[in-house]
Amino acid sequence: MSSVKTYVRPMAGWWRKNPFFVRYMIREASAPLFYLYALWLLAGIVALALGPVAYATWWAIATNPLMILLNLVVLVFAVYHTWTWFSVLPKTTPDIDVEPGTLVTGGVIAAIVVCAALFAFAWGVTR
Amino acid sequence: MADNTRKIDIECLRYNPETDAAPRYQTYNVPFTDDMSVLQGLQYIKDELDGSLTFRWSCRMAICGSCGSMINGVPQLSCHTFLRDYYPGPMRVEPLNHFPVLRDLAIDQTDFVRNKLPSVKPYIIPKESKTLAQGEYLQTPAQMHKYYHYSECINCLLCYAACPQYGLDPKFTGPAAIALMHRYNSDSRDDGRAERMELANSDEGVWGCTLVGYCSEVCPKGVDPAHAVNQNKVASTLDYFFRFLTPHGARR
Repeated sequence: MSSVKTYVRPMAGWWRKNPFFVRYMIREASAPLFYLYALWLLAGIVALALGPVAYATWWAIATNPLMILLNLVVLVFAVYHTWTWFSVLPKTTPDIDVEPGTLVTGGVIAAIVVCAALFAFAWGVTR
Repeated sequence: MADNTRKIDIECLRYNPETDAAPRYQTYNVPFTDDMSVLQGLQYIKDELDGSLTFRWSCRMAICGSCGSMINGVPQLSCHTFLRDYYPGPMRVEPLNHFPVLRDLAIDQTDFVRNKLPSVKPYIIPKESKTLAQGEYLQTPAQMHKYYHYSECINCLLCYAACPQYGLDPKFTGPAAIALMHRYNSDSRDDGRAERMELANSDEGVWGCTLVGYCSEVCPKGVDPAHAVNQNKVASTLDYFFRFLTPHGARR
């Protein structure tokens, strides 16, 4: 640093000053919701292992309208969060000569195909 | 020819280190025509309204990288931004974010010039030293294509002003310097990767980035620093794992 007197501006509230940063912060802040959702699903599996009474209790909470509403809210954030990560795909892939738009579309299609295949497999196994 | 001169209020951040405890804003009413850049607006202020306004500029054509400033909160080259797009105003011009303010719109670039830039060794470290008589280091167009757009950085520092991680922790090496590191690591004539990866893997290195991605949005030269930084997270991870597998690590 130079010895000249300078003024350092504070960073407080930085993310509210630009819509780009607001979208970034929503992406980051939504992550803990999925952690909580995973814990909730895990609680369901634990309840299932404990027996029918425990599972019935978990199921009663899970089907409560308030819980369903909460799930819908988390779903909205999950879709947004997922979309943001697909849209930064061109920033994380190796240097290849593919248009960023093509890369994002390709990534989304690949993810849908893989998820559908996994779902079909699980459906087939559990029927 | 009809006179198409309009007027716009430009609010400039003013800071005089000798008299001011904190910056303030001063508004200038500037006449402009459709072909006038924000830089030309600032030059009008300095020439006609207030000779004490301090700002940097040189080439007026988006190649020297001197005139970067926050224009309505967005880091931009003031020579590359037009007053007509901000009409009717008022518009605000401030020094680049995240850097100490020296005076008015001029920032202190010392941290980048003296610390960040040299730290990535932004020069070719050749595989083998050659004398002039042995000729040049040859490269195919395909090999050049691998790094070319990273080499177009003009050190204008817009990406640092766009990077909240640099603002929150100035120890972070930052977008432009890491993009230049990647530029030399990707050069077929270079053999300095191992030396540079030590910095990339360090606390000041690529992991300071949380992929906000705004650096690439504001880059006036299409360098895409976010892409350079995030490819090196992969490289840094591979370095970490391969050091267990090979006697000298993945430093080749």
